[in-house]
Amino acid sequence: MATSQQLEAIKGAKVLMVGAGGIGCELLKSLALSGFTDVHIIDMDTIEVSNLNRQFLFRQSHVGQSKARIARDSVLRFRPNMSITPYHANVKDPDFNVEFFKQFNVVLNGLDNLDARRHVNRLCLAADVPLVESGTTGFLGQVTVHVKGKTECYECRPKPAPKTYPVCTITSTPSKFVHCIVWAKDLLFAKLFGDKTQENDLNVRSGAAASSSEQPEDVFERKKGEDVHEYGRRIYDHVFGYNIELALSNEETWKNRQRPRPIYSKDALPDQPAKLNGNFELSNSSDDPLPLSAMAALGMKNPQEVWSLSENSRIFLEALKLFFEKREKDIGNLSFDKDDQLAVEFVTTAANIRASSFGIPLHSLFEAKGVAGNIVHAVATTNAIIAGLMVLEAIKVLQNDAKNYRMTYCLEHPSRKMLLMPVEPFEPDKACYVCSETPLTLEINTEKSTLRDFVEKIVKAKLGMNLPLVMNRSALLYEVGDDLDEDMVANYAANIEKVLCELPAPVTNGTIVMVEDLQQEMTCNINIKHREEFDEEKEPDGMLLLGWNQAPPTEKDNNNHVINGVSTSAELPSVEVVDDVDMEISEVAPVKKRKVLDTPVDTNNKKKVEEVNDDDEDDDVIMLEGNNPEYGKKRKLI
Amino acid sequence: MEEELTEEETALYDRQIRVWGADAQRRLSKASILVCGITGTLAENVVLAGVGCVTLVDDRSPTEDALSANFLVPPSLELHGNKTLAQLCGDSLKDFNPMVRVSFQNGDPSSFSAEFFSKFDAVVVSGCTLSAKKSINEKCRKSLRRISFYSVDCRNSCGEIFVDLQDYKYTKKKLDEAVEVELQYPSFQDAVAVPWRKLPRKVSKLYFAMRVLEKFEELEGRNPRDVSIADLPGVLKLKRELCDAESLNESHVPNSLLERLLAGTREFPPVCAIVGGFLGQEVIKGISGKGDPLKNFFFFDASDGKGVIEDISSIS
Repeated sequence: MATSQQLEAIKGAKVLMVGAGGIGCELLKSLALSGFTDVHIIDMDTIEVSNLNRQFLFRQSHVGQSKARIARDSVLRFRPNMSITPYHANVKDPDFNVEFFKQFNVVLNGLDNLDARRHVNRLCLAADVPLVESGTTGFLGQVTVHVKGKTECYECRPKPAPKTYPVCTITSTPSKFVHCIVWAKDLLFAKLFGDKTQENDLNVRSGAAASSSEQPEDVFERKKGEDVHEYGRRIYDHVFGYNIELALSNEETWKNRQRPRPIYSKDALPDQPAKLNGNFELSNSSDDPLPLSAMAALGMKNPQEVWSLSENSRIFLEALKLFFEKREKDIGNLSFDKDDQLAVEFVTTAANIRASSFGIPLHSLFEAKGVAGNIVHAVATTNAIIAGLMVLEAIKVLQNDAKNYRMTYCLEHPSRKMLLMPVEPFEPDKACYVCSETPLTLEINTEKSTLRDFVEKIVKAKLGMNLPLVMNRSALLYEVGDDLDEDMVANYAANIEKVLCELPAPVTNGTIVMVEDLQQEMTCNINIKHREEFDEEKEPDGMLLLGWNQAPPTEKDNNNHVINGVSTSAELPSVEVVDDVDMEISEVAPVKKRKVLDTPVDTNNKKKVEEVNDDDEDDDVIMLEGNNPEYGKKRKLI
Repeated sequence: MEEELTEEETALYDRQIRVWGADAQRRLSKASILVCGITGTLAENVVLAGVGCVTLVDDRSPTEDALSANFLVPPSLELHGNKTLAQLCGDSLKDFNPMVRVSFQNGDPSSFSAEFFSKFDAVVVSGCTLSAKKSINEKCRKSLRRISFYSVDCRNSCGEIFVDLQDYKYTKKKLDEAVEVELQYPSFQDAVAVPWRKLPRKVSKLYFAMRVLEKFEELEGRNPRDVSIADLPGVLKLKRELCDAESLNESHVPNSLLERLLAGTREFPPVCAIVGGFLGQEVIKGISGKGDPLKNFFFFDASDGKGVIEDISSIS
């Protein structure tokens, strides 16, 4: 039971919760029961059916409504005297600035993506407000405390970046099911149903055929008046048959790899006439209120079933047909949505046919959907545990009980008899560029790379700045913002396209560039080092940021072979599959006091992180609670 | 288990099916759980998980005390009429997951027959006296079919879970193989009868502290948790006697710990959430047959933040 001191601290506290999902619901409940009276909640999501198995403040009738608001409403029914202020908004919104954060005694994060976490971390540092962070996946979870100046900030330790795959693995040499999913989703689906103006690597061919493109791009376009069944089979034969034959023609690629086999529709579906007649269509009605579904139309009911090649082929063709017959309007602006049944069916079957071709095991729709949609597996019990732990830490923070702050890891399998392992927080990392403002070094070709390259790949992507500002000494080279002068905007538009050494205040070897995010109140100085050459595979961005403290994310190709896939752009872009791991369970020696001078045992951490990334068994696992819509936008190939 | 999950179930339970699989979910949907003594979080968790049916037993009237630790009931007492805590919570629980059947049972669980308990797949008792715990556990063991038994106690900022799965067989994946595991659990009676000096040196101190308080309440004829700091001298005296009888050094049961447990006997909500979460997981594991169940005690103490498993049994 809370002591009277604790109760005093609790009653007077003003708390910010970021996230009203799995952890958020449990957290709000725990806060309410513990006697907190003033809670603010930020969450930009609306409620979905799949949330209801654990986000218990929501009911079926709430689907579609704001999580923050409904959470507030639900709790007020049980605790009418509590003050709960909901914000149905993105925490990265400029309204949530340092002044906003300063009003709180503690911030509690129940987020599902790295980006937002980093952003909140910086705002908490700037506002000097303690942050209690958390994460769960299945039965695993953790709670960490971050107090400026006293403990590490959230970014002191390397956080694994989203998992990416080299383009050639996706376009030519898949070896895992997830590669087939990415191909089906980001290439085939995008090509057929997405934005036609987007570049697409689908016709990438290996070897000699690359330069002579006899096959016109519009092989994917449906010819005027072309029968949809014929069109479907034509596409099928092209991507699963012809393209594979073409790939096979390059001997070099297959010297040490299993050769794929081309699959043609006549072979996969031997007893099907070229045109499906009415007998096969069980669901004809265009007034059908149920979502469009190819598998339902073909009488397949079980999403857990692993279909045969021929079943996958039938559903693939049916799905394609349904898109063209019933959803013509959508074609050309669709992006993959895991809640779009027909899209999921299309991607599942396409991935399975490709997998069949490459000797990779097939998967059920249920499994494929998890991979394609980066679905996090989640249960209520872990969230309850983590939320309870967060409240305990919050109470400590409110009382400034610094020596009792703990990072707590919730394990699935006991370690030294423990399922909950508390560890003392480390001191801030003096090399952390976020909280210790340590300068970084960037190796870059200042004669070839543009300011845009710098801003997109370094400032935004790696440094996680949201609204950056770039300066060279006193010259403001670039900034993002709402109330900018027209002249400035024109100036920036010109600068962004320029090569670094040609900027009005030239950026060359030895220049120190200052980048800043005024909202995050974060400044970073970057020493520029000019370098001519970069390894296309290891440094596909053509830059190398040092002192940045990030774990390596890319999946390395296992062969020593030179890969012959030719990409459509100069660099070797990667396809992003979100793999947002936040579990760094450091298996360091028994819990002993970590004194000021102890350096973090980073080797252990790095090892854990790499192990996690190399986990071949679970392609879709390891992401945090919920789904981050923002990543969806980044999934297109560059 | 031939029936497949309905479309509704598949959609609702999607995220947890990805954790434990469709088979496990099916088994859950056929399971019947008895919860004696409503404590934070457990009932909600099993309902959310989608068990077939939950029967609640808690004859307490909704006093302010009972309500403050409970999320399921609106605080205004006037609306409650003559309903018991079980009924009030049950009403809320039905809302959490309309697919779960929620029912009530009046009466004192220690008076229920063995036949009554044999209807359930899992029995959870909370805030039970020592003798009630033993007798209910024994009745569960009498049943021909295997009933999982759990007891939970939250005092102040600490919590204890006891698990008895009797003879439990399950399959687990080791590397790429499916391995059959067989565990044998002692009854509560047998577990606490293990001589203290035979236990491993580093056994959680909370284990001993709980036994002392349990015994004290029994000897004094008190209701569970009906103790206060005023009882400290009596409790310390009992502790000395027990340690003596068990030839255990008194330092294994720190006075400060006993003091802490006596000073605040009400449940601390965040601790209930944590302990209730682990308990919920155990109940789900036991029914679904998936995952390593804990054997056989679990302790949580907010003062050090550790959640520890202790295997206390005479079965070597």
